[in-house]
Amino acid sequence: MSKKVGIVIVSHSPDVAKGTADMVRQMVGEDVRVAACGGDPAGGLGTDVAKILAAIDEVYGDAGVAVLVDLGGAETNTEMAIEMLDGDRQDKVVICNAPIVEGAVMAATEASGGGTLDEVRATAEELSP
Amino acid sequence: MTQDLCAALIDRAVAAITEHAAELTELDQAIGDGDHGINMARGFGAIAEQGEALAALPLNQALQKAGMALVMKVGGASGPLYGSLLMSMGKALPEAPASLADVSAAVAEGVAAVQKRGRSAPGEKTMLEVLVPVLQAMQADDGNDLPATLTRLRAIADEGLESTRPMQATKGRASYLGERSVGHLDPGARSSALLVHAAADVLEERL
Repeated sequence: MSKKVGIVIVSHSPDVAKGTADMVRQMVGEDVRVAACGGDPAGGLGTDVAKILAAIDEVYGDAGVAVLVDLGGAETNTEMAIEMLDGDRQDKVVICNAPIVEGAVMAATEASGGGTLDEVRATAEELSP
Repeated sequence: MTQDLCAALIDRAVAAITEHAAELTELDQAIGDGDHGINMARGFGAIAEQGEALAALPLNQALQKAGMALVMKVGGASGPLYGSLLMSMGKALPEAPASLADVSAAVAEGVAAVQKRGRSAPGEKTMLEVLVPVLQAMQADDGNDLPATLTRLRAIADEGLESTRPMQATKGRASYLGERSVGHLDPGARSSALLVHAAADVLEERL
């Protein structure tokens, strides 16, 4: 299990999510695990609790997971997904209040340097107004 | 009897949402992202697909399962919001609710879950403009004249819906519009009013 914080990107658009993950990988490298998900359960624009749960599972490790979201429903659905995790995982998955692309790059940079979950979130949230 | 009630509630709620999906989407196009009708129709379609299995359960369990279907299938913020409403109501409802007080206690838990999930309070142009006054009326009612109660609850839901028209949204996508959200009905309040009507109609036929 990785000792570094994992990153999950949740956008209404699968393309935005994938593009953001691509940017993170190019700028930060492959040593931080990044999972991207987007689109509603029917494949349209939106978010999907099941996909969010799968993405968290994909990158989950003891160091925790930082989630970047775009608009309202992405945040609500991510909160719902976090509540549906096993009890001991719930405290180790946090939503960063930050712009999705910039926040993901900043969070992944901090994570690749071995930052804790709190540090990763704080670094991403430095971008918030 | 309970199974019949459960099946009727599912049928009527699904019909109310699917028949008004275009209207909900139209309202949402004015002040939101234009997907409320599509999302709700998909969620309630998922409930309809499980209709027979749900109707075989006690009402409290059926509500929880229906709520989970909404959470997993809606794809927008309304999934967790309506999903939490139904799941929390289901958890609080006894297997065989015996009084209006039983039901209003369950609705209170559901509405509290919506407020918590949306970090919202009445006055912000949301579904709470319908749900909170309906809940308050249920809590204030002695339950001695149920036909009158149901008539009143429908009227209160309609008033609550109408109250969203002059409001400025401060929650959700509509808040991005600021003052331009004024003058439009809130789509979530509309879907809540539709569901209050659907439930009241079903109960009235069974009194």
